[in-house]
Amino acid sequence: MKALRRIFRRLTSWATSAKDETLLRAEIEAHIAMQTADNLRAGLSPDEARRQALLKFGSIEAIKDTYRDQRGLPFLETLVRDTRDALRGLRRAPAFTTAVILTLALGIGANTAIFAVIDGILIRPLPYPQAEALVSISHAAPGLPGAPDLGCSSSMYFTYRQENRTFEQFGLWSSGGASVTGVAEPEQPRTLFVTHGVLDAVGVKPLLGRWFSQADDTPGSAETVMLTYGYWQRRFGGDTSIVGRTLTIDSRTRTVIGVMPEAFRFQRDPELILPLRFEQNAQFLGGFGYRGLARLKAGLTIEQANADVARMTGLWLKAWPPNPGIDRTVFQNARIGARLQSLKQEIVGDIGTSLWVVMGTLGLVLLIACANVANLLLVRAEARQQELAIRAALGAGRRRIARALLAESLTLGLLGGAAGLGLAYVALRILVAKGPDTLPRLRDIGVDPVVLAFALGVALISGVLFGIIPIVKYAGPRIATALRGVGRTFSDGRERHRARNTLVVVQVALALVLLIGSGLMIRTVQQLRSVQPGFTHPEEIQILHSMVPAAIAGEPERVMRMQHEILDKLATIPGVTSVGFATRAPLESFLGNVGNPVFAEDKTFAEGRIPPIRQIRRIAPGYFPTMGTRVVAGRDFTWTDLYEGRRVAIVSENLAREWWGVPRTALGKRIREAGALDPWREIVGVVEDVYDNGMHVEPPKFAYWPALMDRYIFGGDKGSAVTSGMFAVRSSRTGTEGFLAEAQQAIWSVNGRQPVFLVTTLEALYDQSLARTSFTLVMLTIAAGMGLVLGIVGIYGVIAYVVSQRIREIGIRTALGAQPAGLLRMFVRHGLWLTGIGAALGLVSAAGLTRLMSSVLFGVTALDPVTYTAVSALLIVAGMLASYLPARRAIAVDAVQALRAE
Amino acid sequence: MKDTDVRQGTLALMVLKTLDVLGPLHGYGIARRIEQISGDLLTVNQGTLYPVLLKLEQEGSIASEWGASENNRKARFYKLTRQGRKQLQAEARSWEQTAAIIDRFFAVKAQDLK
Repeated sequence: MKALRRIFRRLTSWATSAKDETLLRAEIEAHIAMQTADNLRAGLSPDEARRQALLKFGSIEAIKDTYRDQRGLPFLETLVRDTRDALRGLRRAPAFTTAVILTLALGIGANTAIFAVIDGILIRPLPYPQAEALVSISHAAPGLPGAPDLGCSSSMYFTYRQENRTFEQFGLWSSGGASVTGVAEPEQPRTLFVTHGVLDAVGVKPLLGRWFSQADDTPGSAETVMLTYGYWQRRFGGDTSIVGRTLTIDSRTRTVIGVMPEAFRFQRDPELILPLRFEQNAQFLGGFGYRGLARLKAGLTIEQANADVARMTGLWLKAWPPNPGIDRTVFQNARIGARLQSLKQEIVGDIGTSLWVVMGTLGLVLLIACANVANLLLVRAEARQQELAIRAALGAGRRRIARALLAESLTLGLLGGAAGLGLAYVALRILVAKGPDTLPRLRDIGVDPVVLAFALGVALISGVLFGIIPIVKYAGPRIATALRGVGRTFSDGRERHRARNTLVVVQVALALVLLIGSGLMIRTVQQLRSVQPGFTHPEEIQILHSMVPAAIAGEPERVMRMQHEILDKLATIPGVTSVGFATRAPLESFLGNVGNPVFAEDKTFAEGRIPPIRQIRRIAPGYFPTMGTRVVAGRDFTWTDLYEGRRVAIVSENLAREWWGVPRTALGKRIREAGALDPWREIVGVVEDVYDNGMHVEPPKFAYWPALMDRYIFGGDKGSAVTSGMFAVRSSRTGTEGFLAEAQQAIWSVNGRQPVFLVTTLEALYDQSLARTSFTLVMLTIAAGMGLVLGIVGIYGVIAYVVSQRIREIGIRTALGAQPAGLLRMFVRHGLWLTGIGAALGLVSAAGLTRLMSSVLFGVTALDPVTYTAVSALLIVAGMLASYLPARRAIAVDAVQALRAE
Repeated sequence: MKDTDVRQGTLALMVLKTLDVLGPLHGYGIARRIEQISGDLLTVNQGTLYPVLLKLEQEGSIASEWGASENNRKARFYKLTRQGRKQLQAEARSWEQTAAIIDRFFAVKAQDLK
């Protein structure tokens, strides 16, 4: 209590220090006057009386000092004083200060920005209440070939809802599109389909209206829809009377029951939310296209929930019938098991690796920046050596001087940090606005207190880091040497440059590590770009998805004729060379993969075993020529194949090779999908492999079916057509605004109620598939560029400084007849020596560090000799140049002038 | 360092006792009184009194106000607060106890320790 009160008094008196000082002086004066008066009365002479009084009082200054120390907060006071001195000193050296602050701003800014990204994506919890209790439910099937990651089937929904012991809330969801007509142009908003329980699990309350209830899920009840904030604003201008109004969605009238708040986030950024309805007595085991989401009961772990789901999977397997045409043993042998993970982990995925690699490299950049600043500070401390020596001679302790130096570097650190924070803020704004779609949780990224604390911490640590070197070197008690060594009376000893040389070596080493990192990324992108993707000139291919109205979806041939008509219309647009139609374009696997087991007539599979899952794509004639996919053997489909219902198929080359060795032998063989319900189809063509999941993944094995079939496993007796598919248009005009409008118009001229969505070019899809690699590449290249520049500046600075310090020596040498070329060589050799040692150290470190990034590399090893050689050569050349330029100044020195410059 | 701590503690106790006995007093007065009683503790370095006064005031044991001295000089007068009186009692007690222990300790003869 007493101590607390004292601290409080000290704090308040700190503010009134000037007034207190006067009062203390008055009090002391009064004391001495009274003592003097007493002494006079005792018979002393006036002079002697005062002298005795002063003697008795003791050292006034010492008392004042003690008094001051007790009165305020001496630590804070000296800190403020030191900071003020530091600021004053820095203002007097604007060039130095600007250079340091800029260097630090780059280093700290880059690190703060990437930390904000990591914080937003990896560290911060999902924007839901008690988000850590949310888990995503999927299933492993080790018994299935290729061990795919299965989602949940609709039958699981019922079993899990009834039998679970660990879920507070549970539901299934899926995402896709739904066409909205009758408002303006027909459109296809991104749609989230949810069962009852999903929104309850997420726990974000609606802004207007209500969530879905059990009733909304029940087939036959009134059709409802919820809007998300963005769609509500865009389409209805935020009209609050929207609840209760109706929308026409997929040709059905639905009532709007609620609007989600602006802060609501969900995967794939939905615009509409529709209820997912399952008929309980029409469900089968299979069909794992849904995703499960659950909120665990308080205090339960994922392991407990996993065990619970494992138990329920056993119940589920007995409770439901297998899908028609598939034997129950297939499901049993698949050994379907629970695979739960936190929702956050599912959303974030494996982006963490790339982010940490980038963070690591930017950390190296900051180290280089600190080394650079330390170097500048050394030069500055050298110039101030005389001042420091005088201060030491006047009685400033080693501590006091160290504190002043540290205050200066911390001030610099904080100034640089503030500037860096500004840079980071701008960079993040740009990133959030233009960031790659593949970056999850992009909208969660921003500057928050954690990021601010990070920036502050980094600024302070950097301040200490680069501040410590000059302190160690110059705060020491070397007054005599310092005072004597000032000026240019003495030529320099080699030892004086040791600290600076070391720093430059470290810089070069770090820069080399960064350059190798970015070199490896460049090679990776080169390798990825050199992959033959199975399509040509993607920049010419315009892609438009479209969906026929539900009203005619039940008439397959009519659907196909309509799409055929659209294709013909598209083909007449000026500049179009070919058109195609299919369920999907290449590289659209983010829409969800369509795969099923494919059987071959001449291959037998053991009872209850199913063949591997293949990618299935349904196409119309002209798709392959439009994409530029080569037909390796046989032929493309024809329109006659489609309209006459011929049972034909095309397979990818890798599938043909797997089963029949040589592509041509696949022709005439018969295959079918999934089970006995699908008729055998004769292979009429083999096409080139397509890298459908990205250039870094082996191309999947494909079975292509006709877009129109007389019988299909899904579709029944009337046959099947593709109702929601993709039109591909190849033209040199692709990408121009007018062209897209013409293409859309062509579709609408055939059917004005058909929404057009997912409009893109194949090139955009291609770039997007490389987005993560490109992102890492760009970040690493920026980091390496900064590292290289800072490293070169470091070498340049040291050589320039050495030259300026040795002007006198150069003068003597020249006077004694040294050749300019020899002098030049002397300095360049110094620079090269530093570069060489740095490069050697860098090569060793790179060999260790780049192994950490091997998971983001493709087609090159972390020890790629080409990269290592090229980068070392680049660095040596840069180092030579950086020392040659300042060295040239040395040989321009006029001997007479150099000697006179005392 | 330790030495000044002890001395400051002793000095503080003396200041409190002086103010208790003599009532409000200025720094010089306190110094003289302590000098009279303790002899040489304050014959030099009377100034060391002031940091002690400051500390006591910060702790709330004494309060000060400016007034006029006997010969009409502006001076700062210190007086004991209620809390200061309590502190004085507590410290005097503990001082007596300490002193008693030390006394007994030194009174012990060597053979008593065998």
